[in-house]
Amino acid sequence: MDTIAARAPVTTTAETSFERPNYLNSSYGWKSWLLTLDHKRIAILYLISVTAFFALGGIFAGLVRLELLTPEGDLMGPDTYNRVFTMHGVIMVFFFLIPAIPAVLGNFLVPLMVGAKDLAMPRLNLASWYVYNLGGLFTLWAVVHGGVDTGWTFYTPFSTTYSNTYVIPTALGIFITGFSTIFTALNFIITIHRMRAPGLSWFRLPLFIWSTYATSLIIMLGTPVIAITILLVGIERGFHIGIFDPRLGGDPVLFEHMFWFYSHPAVYIMILPAMGVVSELVGHFARKKVFGYRIVAFASVAIAVLGFLVWGHHLFVAGESVYSATVFSVLSMLVAVPSAVKVFNWTATLYEGSISYQTPMLYALGFIGLFTIGGLTGVMVATLGIDVHVHDTYFVVAHFHYVMVGGTIMAYLGGLHYWWPKMTGRLYSTFLSRLSALLVFVGFNLTFFPQFILGYLGMPRRYWSYPPEFQVLNVLSTAGATVLGVGYLLPICYFGWSLRYGAKSGNNPWGAVSLEWDTPSPPPTENFYTTPVVTHGPYEYLAEDVHNRLTQEANFE
Amino acid sequence: MAEPQHHVTPVSTYVYVFLALLVCTVLTYFAAKADFGLLNNFIAMAIAITKALLVLYFFMELRHSTRMTVLTAAAGFFWLFLMIGLFLMDYGTRMAVVLPVPGK
Ligand SMILES: [Cu+2]
Repeated sequence: MDTIAARAPVTTTAETSFERPNYLNSSYGWKSWLLTLDHKRIAILYLISVTAFFALGGIFAGLVRLELLTPEGDLMGPDTYNRVFTMHGVIMVFFFLIPAIPAVLGNFLVPLMVGAKDLAMPRLNLASWYVYNLGGLFTLWAVVHGGVDTGWTFYTPFSTTYSNTYVIPTALGIFITGFSTIFTALNFIITIHRMRAPGLSWFRLPLFIWSTYATSLIIMLGTPVIAITILLVGIERGFHIGIFDPRLGGDPVLFEHMFWFYSHPAVYIMILPAMGVVSELVGHFARKKVFGYRIVAFASVAIAVLGFLVWGHHLFVAGESVYSATVFSVLSMLVAVPSAVKVFNWTATLYEGSISYQTPMLYALGFIGLFTIGGLTGVMVATLGIDVHVHDTYFVVAHFHYVMVGGTIMAYLGGLHYWWPKMTGRLYSTFLSRLSALLVFVGFNLTFFPQFILGYLGMPRRYWSYPPEFQVLNVLSTAGATVLGVGYLLPICYFGWSLRYGAKSGNNPWGAVSLEWDTPSPPPTENFYTTPVVTHGPYEYLAEDVHNRLTQEANFE
Repeated sequence: MAEPQHHVTPVSTYVYVFLALLVCTVLTYFAAKADFGLLNNFIAMAIAITKALLVLYFFMELRHSTRMTVLTAAAGFFWLFLMIGLFLMDYGTRMAVVLPVPGK
């Protein structure tokens, strides 16, 4: 383990004094966790909450796939099915995909990557976790009492006038949780601006920081709009004040405008941090500076800005004007440019790189492939003519699952595998983790690729039954979901095992040269024993590092 | 840039601004009662913008803030106008016939 310490002076001193406490054993007891101001412990708290919601959302997904195993509605009726897919969407989007990477990996890594002792506002950070859980409790209350049946998009006039389910408690839960996201984003922006270590200029920041920064900007500018939109739905539903209901002088399409002004950028809230993780993984596992570092950094900002100008592509068949639809169609295709820049640059990074196929890299490579399919089908549905044909079919369902599940969750898992030794100081089973990456990749494609075909053939989304000729593809999809489920359960098992029985990882098991590895794993409460002085960028690997990596890998196996 | 200094604003300033806001609210009421024809919207918006600027400048202390803070506040408004502007792009062109009418 000592072979790579030559690059990292802080590491060597720390390794000789391994008795010093780290953030995990510096204090004990539930109070030391529930009242902690340490960003690393808050990240762990978030990891637990987010995993719980992921499991719950996954159960609902399982119920959806189980119902669709047969053409008849034999497991549940249409009303129950509506609630099940709505709860799947609400929980996965608002309580898992949006917070997952920023609140877990971002919370843990932002201070470590900028060489700070903590985030700028540790109390606000702890508050964000409590606010997140409070919002979650409201939504859970609604789930327990029978759920919502509006779909995660809460379209009016159904949500304001006709639905008899718990729209207001669910909406309130989302409203509250929005504040936790804003708290986190504010903390990140201030920390990145004001608390960078000496020598850490903007262009020496890891790309994960750039993408987290861009994400935080979207959160700050977008979340207030969804909060107000949800509030207006509540006001119309509760007090019959006309905003979206035409009988009261409102306009239902206005809801779609306001909802998607946030919810399309929300897709970038989910995918940008994932791109940041992939940039890190590709750079470190190819042992190369990420190709076109500055362009990739600016592409994150470009996606954040352009992402706000495309929401109208959700309204093509909703009564939007043809002129407006054409403009939004063109703008939507423009976002593909910075996204493609990233994909090309990752690929160019791999070229002549010293690639190692460790588990995190397997996830990153999976991400690149799946995100490309998700992104390109995005350009397809941004085209007016195609969208009219496939709107509200399984084609769209497959498209956004390729982006969100094939993109965000792949990167989240890759990041978790990469920084797990950093977070816990332990290693996990190489064989099982590679197996899980494989199962997730295969299971994912088996689940969602048939849905592209189903959608193209015209199977509409959000129905509990379907014509018998669609059954074969639906059975394939459900079978894939089962494999995917096993792929997701495996990491929970071996990560749990690793916490207690995993071999000690040493400070820098991957031999990475970026700042967060330049301190013990797990880090001490104050992150760095002495304030680090940064003299090089995050991916500046030398020939000897590549050599050391090979030695290192032998240790890891 | 120098660290932002901590100005202590006298309470009287806040009181005056608050009174100005109240006066504007009364103005809004009377402006809504009277009919100025085409100017209706302009007058209402002018009063509203004045009020918003008073709040930003005095209550939110933008006059003593760094340029970064001013930029942040401006960005918020820019995004708001972007949103409303693109909403209006749709609403303003709903009736426009852009497609060729079949048979003509
Ligand atoms: Cu969209």
